[in-house]
Amino acid sequence: MSSRDIILSTAPLLTATATGDVLELRPGGSWIAANVATLERLSDAVAPQLERSGAVKLDMAEVRELDTLGAWLLEKMSRRATSAGHRAEVVGVSDNYAGLIEEVRQVNRRAPEPVPSPNPVVAKINYIGRSTIGAGEDVTAFLQMLGSLCIAILGVLRRPRSLRLTSLVYQFYRVCWQAIPIVVLITFLIGAIIAQQGIFHFRKFGADSYVVDMVGILVLRELGALIVAIMVAGRSGSAYTAELGSMKMREEIDALSTMGFDPIEVLMLPRIIALVCALPILTFIGSMAALYGGGLVAWFYGGMGPAIFVARLHEAVSVTHFEVGIIKAPFMALVIGIVACSEGLRVKGSAESLGKQTTTSVVKSIFLVIVLDGLFAVFFASIGM
Amino acid sequence: MQDVGEQFAIRVHDLVVGFRRHVVIDHLKLDVRRGEILGLVGASGGGKSVLMRTIIGLIPRQEGEIEVMGAPIGNHDRATRSAAGRWGILFQQGALFSSLTVRQNIQFPLRENLVLSDALMDEIATAKLEMVGLKPEDGDKFPSELSGGMTKRVALARALALDPAIVFLDEPTSGLDPIAAGDFDALIKTLQKTLGLTVFMVTHDLASLNTVCDRVAALADGKIVAIGPMRELLQSGHPWVRAYFHGKRSQMLQPKAS
Ligand SMILES: Nc1ncnc2c1ncn2[C@@H]1O[C@H](COP(=O)(O)OP(=O)(O)O)[C@@H](O)[C@H]1O
Ligand SMILES: [Mg+2]
Repeated sequence: MSSRDIILSTAPLLTATATGDVLELRPGGSWIAANVATLERLSDAVAPQLERSGAVKLDMAEVRELDTLGAWLLEKMSRRATSAGHRAEVVGVSDNYAGLIEEVRQVNRRAPEPVPSPNPVVAKINYIGRSTIGAGEDVTAFLQMLGSLCIAILGVLRRPRSLRLTSLVYQFYRVCWQAIPIVVLITFLIGAIIAQQGIFHFRKFGADSYVVDMVGILVLRELGALIVAIMVAGRSGSAYTAELGSMKMREEIDALSTMGFDPIEVLMLPRIIALVCALPILTFIGSMAALYGGGLVAWFYGGMGPAIFVARLHEAVSVTHFEVGIIKAPFMALVIGIVACSEGLRVKGSAESLGKQTTTSVVKSIFLVIVLDGLFAVFFASIGM
Repeated sequence: MQDVGEQFAIRVHDLVVGFRRHVVIDHLKLDVRRGEILGLVGASGGGKSVLMRTIIGLIPRQEGEIEVMGAPIGNHDRATRSAAGRWGILFQQGALFSSLTVRQNIQFPLRENLVLSDALMDEIATAKLEMVGLKPEDGDKFPSELSGGMTKRVALARALALDPAIVFLDEPTSGLDPIAAGDFDALIKTLQKTLGLTVFMVTHDLASLNTVCDRVAALADGKIVAIGPMRELLQSGHPWVRAYFHGKRSQMLQPKAS
């Protein structure tokens, strides 16, 4: 009759006594989550003995505190013994803990089916394939949204009263009126910076006065529209995606359609129309602010008085340059609006996907705005504008 | 004899909570004993959720004192955070983390508060899942893929992850079928018995009130107008309490109650 006592710890403890073929385990103290590190060590330490001995007797009389975690560790010991083909017996369970032990006995009987992890090469190829298809789907989604938008517009033309004027005005207020200060500030600074750089470098060739041509043409033709479009994509496009995305998440869009409304007509049309109206206005305001900034720098840094600046500007730019800038704006707005809305509708249930789609929306619309600007440059060059 | 602070899990004294000029909780006093299941009933929009959220420190109060497990709850987040290990909360809408799977949701408090092996963490999460009546496979789903009832159960599993001393349940059985609600009640009762859990439960489920709650408190006009075992509440003379328990719907459910 050999006996071996192991006392592994003080607070929660586990005494293992081997009597012939029978292993008697006496857990004691607090078997609770707060002591989990000790508990795991204790139960791992007796694991080999559990498999060796013929029968296991678990005497719980000395357990002072028990919670689900402790109960599970004890249950695991008796399961380990049973699965090795031995008899396991639990005794001395106080009335308090009987329910919990019973509850824990039911759980973890069946491991959840392991998800097969794919071959890394296959996974990579799979990813590339999916991204390619995804790019195709992006184009489809864009065209689909454009199509539904056209249908909604036709619907509004047929029944002008179905246009949501309140919503349109409110959206216009948000994307145009509230954007003016920041647009003015940024374009003013950009105009000033271009003028300063121009004066600094052109002075070397004694060509300071051509700064006015450069600022005028650059701002009116390209930068005004482009900078404002990029700012609007970041400011309003992201807001559209986040709004529609969280409405999608909380089933508000489903609720709208079940009430017989067309979400495109109710939510997207006012937003996109507001954007299409707002962008030319903001472009105009932005271009003026940039010219103003350029003019101030030319005056104070380049020593070119306002009268000369305006006179030179008059010679350098024509209405064509201004038209080129403004014509682009509504198309850019359309692209931003469509991308923002369709990305919003692609939000899935989680907060993370909302963030992801918002980022995608901004990145994609800025990219498309620049591509569009390039296409317009080619187009205007070929028609000689 | 235990002193007073030991005897009560939650003490609320002279509490006033409001939003701008709209007073929701008006000089409310409530003591919850250790180890009891307290059911809170009240009209929809009567301030039950507001009371619960104020006790756990999410809504600032205008006046009054709150003690949870003998520690005062401050008017800001710090106290709430330090008490987080001692309580588990089931919010009315579940409030699961939408970008984590069900299993990760349950493991979240474990991972943050304890040092334990991944294998054990998985086993505990699965154990909790099964205890609230879900299948192990459900652990890999995302919250947006769950039904309303499942969301409630996962939220309960997460609330119970650390085997807290107190759990706050906001309408845990609403949206569950009667069988599931019965299981839920039985589970709460088992946990209360084994873990000495104190349960603060907002509910409209008359069956829960009858079977699991040790005491029931009725909230009306921002005050606790009646509190005691279900038996006593049924006898209460307060007009709102009478209307609640002796209304047509209640009569239909439990013809013997009166
Ligand atoms: N964040 C809040 N801001 C303003 N009023 C609120 C807020 N939360 C709740 N209320 C108001 O407090 C009252 C009680 O709400 P609540 O506690 O949620 O009711 P219930 O008893 O149904 O849970 C309602 O009138 C509600 O409108
Ligand atoms: Mg509520």
